[in-house]
Amino acid sequence: MEHRDENKEGIGGMINPRRYGIERVAYLLMRLSGLGLLAYFIGHIYETSLILKGEVGWSEFLELTQTTEGHVLLAIVIAMCVFHTVNGIRVMLGEGGVGVGKPARPDYPYIPASQNVKHKIGIYSAIVLAAIAMLYGLGVMFGE
Amino acid sequence: MAQVSSIAEEQASTPLSPSKSVTLRIARFNPEHDSERKFMEFTIPYKKWTTVLDIILEVKKYFDHSVAVRYSCRQATCGSCGMKINGKPMLACFTKITELDSDVITVEPMNNFPIIRDLAVRFERLFESHHKIKPYLIRDDSEITSNEKEFLQSPKEVEQYIQFANCIKCGLCNSACPTMATDSSFVGPQALAQAYRYVADSRDKGKNSRLKIIDESHGIWRCHFAGSCSQVCPKGVDPAMGIQLLRGYLLGFRS
Ligand code: SF4
Ligand code: FES
Repeated sequence: MEHRDENKEGIGGMINPRRYGIERVAYLLMRLSGLGLLAYFIGHIYETSLILKGEVGWSEFLELTQTTEGHVLLAIVIAMCVFHTVNGIRVMLGEGGVGVGKPARPDYPYIPASQNVKHKIGIYSAIVLAAIAMLYGLGVMFGE
Repeated sequence: MAQVSSIAEEQASTPLSPSKSVTLRIARFNPEHDSERKFMEFTIPYKKWTTVLDIILEVKKYFDHSVAVRYSCRQATCGSCGMKINGKPMLACFTKITELDSDVITVEPMNNFPIIRDLAVRFERLFESHHKIKPYLIRDDSEITSNEKEFLQSPKEVEQYIQFANCIKCGLCNSACPTMATDSSFVGPQALAQAYRYVADSRDKGKNSRLKIIDESHGIWRCHFAGSCSQVCPKGVDPAMGIQLLRGYLLGFRS
């Protein structure tokens, strides 16, 4: 079959958060936090597996989290975790058809009912809660 | 008659020399012999009601007739003139210069569609996906053989799908979709919204066969509810709503 360039927007277009409102920002943050949490999960499994090398290996690795970089990293993990959970609940409800509006005869200027204020509040809440949790985490870790 | 002539006079008295100009940048690319996209710039005068399609046609008329652009109805009905205008997919005939709030207007072919030339793109994939979801009523009897003569519906039943029947197959939704940006096999928001349109039609009996078609790895599960499709749809179809309602059937939230 003849190869044809589909002129796809590619990853650059997929992750561009500037054109389609807060919903597309949430889409990007959801993807990034998902990947971040996956990386953390893999690191976490590796870290816990160090117990097989005895207490010394385990403690050595844990000390990394006691550094400034370690604290910042953990604070980012907290933010990713909270955002992914809260926004995930919003997306799951939406994807089940909850809160996406009801079909109706459309009228100009055609404001899409699925992009409604409930979902926007859900997104902003996820961002604010993630920020609060991160600041709290930073306070606890650096306040020790 | 007097009224007609006064309207004619009023039109004739509209100032012919417009006060404002806009810079139009048109992407030029022929995949048959060009290696990269180039932009041509034109300065075009415009009025309050001038559309992006108007100024492109102005370029074709007075500067360069070889610019390739597809259009027909000029009233957001045929779905031909979709293109990227200042970075976002829009209908050129339905977008006024004044609403863009910019002195420079860049027009490019829609993304996620192969380019034929300049602003004209191929629609085969969109039509194939549309066809795949069986965009017609599925039932054993027909209005001709049935005793009822026609399949009656209440206004409430019509409301369930009429919004989705507004689709003009312009492809703007497929161009804005983040999944379409990377997945060459995704069925796309246009076809999924049409699947909902028929599933929600009380006259249709093909729900199960349609749900089966979209319940696959490059089908409905690739939608992540980013909602960009609904934001660019010029006809108020709201594909994102249709897709999530459709998914409700598959997840057992709807029957
Ligand atoms: S759903 Fe809207 S944007 Fe998509 S093809 Fe139909 S009319 Fe165009
Ligand atoms: S020319 Fe028909 S939709 Fe624009």
